[in-house]
Amino acid sequence: MIPGLTVDVRRGAVTGLLGPSGGGKSTLMRAVVGVQQITSGTVEVLGLPAGSPALQRRVGYMTQARSVYGDLTVGENLRYFADVLDVRTRVAGVVHTVDLDGRERELVRELSGGEQSRVSLAVALLGQPELLVLDEPTVGLDPLLRRDLWSMFHRLAADGVSLLISTHVMDEAEHCDELLLLREGRLLAAGTPAELGAGSGIEAAFIRLAEAR
Amino acid sequence: MSLRITIATARRALAQLRRDPRTIALILVVPPALLTLLRYVFDSNPAAFQRVAVPLVGLFPLIVMFLVTSIAMLRERTGGTLERLMSMPLAKLDLLAGYGLAFASVAAAQACITSVVAFRLLHVETAGSPALVVTLAVCNALLGVALGLFLSAFATSEFQAVQFMPAVLLPQIILSGLFVPRAELPRALRIVSALLPVSYAYDGLARVAAGLVDARLWADCLIVLASVVLALAVGASTLRRRTP
Repeated sequence: MIPGLTVDVRRGAVTGLLGPSGGGKSTLMRAVVGVQQITSGTVEVLGLPAGSPALQRRVGYMTQARSVYGDLTVGENLRYFADVLDVRTRVAGVVHTVDLDGRERELVRELSGGEQSRVSLAVALLGQPELLVLDEPTVGLDPLLRRDLWSMFHRLAADGVSLLISTHVMDEAEHCDELLLLREGRLLAAGTPAELGAGSGIEAAFIRLAEAR
Repeated sequence: MSLRITIATARRALAQLRRDPRTIALILVVPPALLTLLRYVFDSNPAAFQRVAVPLVGLFPLIVMFLVTSIAMLRERTGGTLERLMSMPLAKLDLLAGYGLAFASVAAAQACITSVVAFRLLHVETAGSPALVVTLAVCNALLGVALGLFLSAFATSEFQAVQFMPAVLLPQIILSGLFVPRAELPRALRIVSALLPVSYAYDGLARVAAGLVDARLWADCLIVLASVVLALAVGASTLRRRTP
């Protein structure tokens, strides 16, 4: 999939995976979580092969699809996934983290898109993951919600969680501590937003790097 | 495999079904209603109705649970929840057993209601015990769950999943002996029917109806249950942790 790629995701940092649709972002994330069929090469996460049973609680994953049951309530969804992870006592905590207190009895399909994303994020947080892999968590959300979500990501990072977040919205790069620019399945560049010359706009930096190839 | 996860999955599947009361009503009401309809269609030929009534009580759960499972599983596959579960410490068997448990209990309720209507209101006669009919119905429901689970892997839309019923289940029912005794089928069809699990599901029910609680009946049951295990094993292989 992505030839010769080593990705450093610093502990307690927000690493952004930036690039156009079809650039390999989801594939890379699925490989990190261990649900991607890999034709060659190996993927190691936290020192273990990706997808190994020991990692299943240490890595939280939120897919691009909501990946929660629309015909269940917020509480029923969280209790089910908590039972699978054997962390029933964590439900109230994650509901609070994603700011859905008092909404446990509402059906997920009746929530707004942003609220559904937060339910999905809450599920990803259940296992108290050390690494949180979020595939386009802010897509299609209104700017205020996106701002709230990003500040939530930074709070999590401050608590020591490492986050790998993909986005195709270049503006969101400024929220990340580290950036990985991906295009056509190849890594264009990696570094902090400042190192990549994001001062002139990350979109311009992306074009410059892509044309330099 | 974990009992905690299996039971949580069964409860979750039932909670989803509970959110859809119309489906529950259809599951519980349609089979006895159809049986009642047949009773009056065969008004001038009660013997014919007697011949098909008991097998139908036990075959309805097969059809209904096949449809319910294939749609439920397809939703798991397309909604991303299956991928999420596969990234968690959940054994495939937990998921399968959870679904089996949930839908078998619905099938038991369905078979009980249909039996009461058949044996009390429509005066269907069975030489064997109605409890045995319900037990066989639950086994058949498990066969429906297993086949539905397996075939959901080949459907990419709910339209397709529903079409697998006439494509896969109906031929088996036609060949099972319900319409024409299998002994009267042309040789080629008889051989084909001997390879199909629904033939044994039908045969078991027909034996109970005739009061033939013998070794053949237990052999029929074993073949149906072995088919369940086989379909679940093949179905489990379609639940991949890693997908392209």
